[in-house]
Amino acid sequence: MQSNAQLEYDYSVVKLFTFATILFGIIGMLVGVIIAFQLAFPELSNLAGEYGTFGRLRPLHTNGVAFGFTLSGIFATWYYVGQRTLKMSLKESKFLMTVAKLHFWLYFITILLAVVTLIMGYTTSKEYAELEWPLDLLIVVWWVLWGVAMFGMIGMRRERAIYVSVWYYMSSFLAVAMLFLFNNMEVPTMFWANGAPSSAMHSISMYAGTNDALVQWWYGHNAVAFVFTTPIIGMIYYFLPKESGQNVFSYKLSVLAFWGLMFVYLWAGGHHLIYSTVPDWMQTMGSAMSIVLILPSWGSAINMLLTMKGEWGQLQTSPLIKFMIMASTFYMLSTIEGPIQAIKSVNAIAHFTDWIPGHVHDGTLGWVGFMIMASLFHMAPRIFKKEIYSKSLMETQFWIQTVGIVLYFTSMWIAGITQGMMWRAYDEYGSLLYSFIDTVTVLHPYYTLRGIGGLFYLTGFLIFAYNMFKTATSGRVLDKEPANASPMAS
Amino acid sequence: MFHWLEQRPFFFAVMLFLTVAFAGFIEIIPDFAKASQPTVGTKPHTVLELAGRQVYIKDSCNACHSQLIRPFKSETDRYGMYSLSGEYAYDRPFLWGSKRTGPDLHRVGNYRTTEWHENHMMSPSDVVPGSIMPKYPHMFKNTADVATAYANANTQKQVFGVPYDKEGMPKLGSWEDAKAQALEDAKKVAADMKNQSVKDAVANGQVPEIVALIAYLNSLK
Repeated sequence: MQSNAQLEYDYSVVKLFTFATILFGIIGMLVGVIIAFQLAFPELSNLAGEYGTFGRLRPLHTNGVAFGFTLSGIFATWYYVGQRTLKMSLKESKFLMTVAKLHFWLYFITILLAVVTLIMGYTTSKEYAELEWPLDLLIVVWWVLWGVAMFGMIGMRRERAIYVSVWYYMSSFLAVAMLFLFNNMEVPTMFWANGAPSSAMHSISMYAGTNDALVQWWYGHNAVAFVFTTPIIGMIYYFLPKESGQNVFSYKLSVLAFWGLMFVYLWAGGHHLIYSTVPDWMQTMGSAMSIVLILPSWGSAINMLLTMKGEWGQLQTSPLIKFMIMASTFYMLSTIEGPIQAIKSVNAIAHFTDWIPGHVHDGTLGWVGFMIMASLFHMAPRIFKKEIYSKSLMETQFWIQTVGIVLYFTSMWIAGITQGMMWRAYDEYGSLLYSFIDTVTVLHPYYTLRGIGGLFYLTGFLIFAYNMFKTATSGRVLDKEPANASPMAS
Repeated sequence: MFHWLEQRPFFFAVMLFLTVAFAGFIEIIPDFAKASQPTVGTKPHTVLELAGRQVYIKDSCNACHSQLIRPFKSETDRYGMYSLSGEYAYDRPFLWGSKRTGPDLHRVGNYRTTEWHENHMMSPSDVVPGSIMPKYPHMFKNTADVATAYANANTQKQVFGVPYDKEGMPKLGSWEDAKAQALEDAKKVAADMKNQSVKDAVANGQVPEIVALIAYLNSLK
């Protein structure tokens, strides 16, 4: 076994997942921009016959960015952060190396199959759980492989205590496993076809109606929690202290925020079902717990901001720090906005409107996207052993994307509240003031703005992809690994 | 305690799982059985309607249309009686949606007709000026998957005990029976339509997607 001092980490799987993050990011965001413009200019929905309508593409966008882009980013950083904080190398175990590679390839094939089947219209209709049962089985296989790799790596660790980041990755693994299994309980109908030439790609949910809704949003909300939140917090707990050379502000706050988040998050699922037919106490519980959720969310965000105490100057000099601090700030924005929307009377206006996608996107674009890109930027000089290709491109990307995000959520705030208020407006005789179509046509300028915002973000992502590609291929070779601040050419 | 846990990943993971899973147990289990009782008069969908529901799902109509009327005056004025839990007792999966880019459809069968849907699905903005809904001409050409709809209904009957073939409930029977019944139902819908190729297809024993979809939409009351 190698001694601690010469431990050499193996980044082959990290590189594969990094590549997948960029590839699926481009696909997922491109589809997102297309469907955003389809709502502003509906003719765009009919360019590719049945395969190009908003309905077919929307699941492709959500699955592409959540399970293509974000999951790849999570896996890429896991295999990096895992090895380094546990002080073990994948080189030391052939078994774990094979598991990790298999994890990648099965995952990659699943996402490609997801793209094809979703465009063809194979969907269960349950949000973020659209994939049909054969793909669900594949997902279970590689999720288990990830678990084997994770706990195998933990088992081989040289560092006795496991670091905060690893707690968060672990929570992601466990919670998603539970949520995914329960929500995707489905019965393939081909086994009861009774001689009818039925499709093999069809299943129905184990649960009916209100129960199905309950399980779906218990899953749906917490898929957000354990894909878009916890692993990303895991990233910032590792990459921000590393890049800035600062110690995490408070261990106690880390513990409090972690266990608080774990306990509270699952309750909040009920806020997706306010004023629906699920029992009232559950709606109230979902509403109340969403407010409580501010505490652990802000706990870790503040812990990160205070980590920069006394070193705020780095914000001026390093675009990488800028990405991470902006990510943490968007996390705070998004975790105060969510609870506001979960208050019953606010929800009555906000639910079913564009304010909801607006909220989702300040989280995903600002927090998830920025943090994943920052992590990849930090890893690049270490895994490729090259200097980051261009600092000025990073600066440009940062500002283009920040403007894009602001355009996105401000337009959707206005659109959502406008529509919510118009739906409930009455004239002096007690009749509804607006027909439904009035509340659609009024949104045109906001839909256009949102599309432009998305286009900005996509442009920034392409700059990111180019910068990463150039770093890997033609960055200046580094003779030794940088300790903290990542080296970047101007 | 936390220091202790952080050095023992197994116990850490167990503790973590219990903490995370707790809310699910409390929230989901108590009301599970109660919520699944059908209201009086709620019937399972016929095979043709299910075929239409599958079209609705295939094209993700639920991405833009809800099927959940909330108990507000502004909603009941616009869409009709607010939704009741029991009305969804046979919905697998549920189709409440989470976004109303278009209007709610839970009771659309009460105020739209076959003729209206036919024109609207072909070109929404000709029927509702300013509409941003895509056109669906392909539904007039594609054939609905009645066989899978039958498998769907039969799975509901065999696995979940949905009362098909009971008195006053839709008939299912064998695949041959169900196919004949679905075609019969399709003819009734097609009789109110004007598109000649759809009429010809139904006369030849085919069920175009649009016919199944309209049968489903008309059943939403």
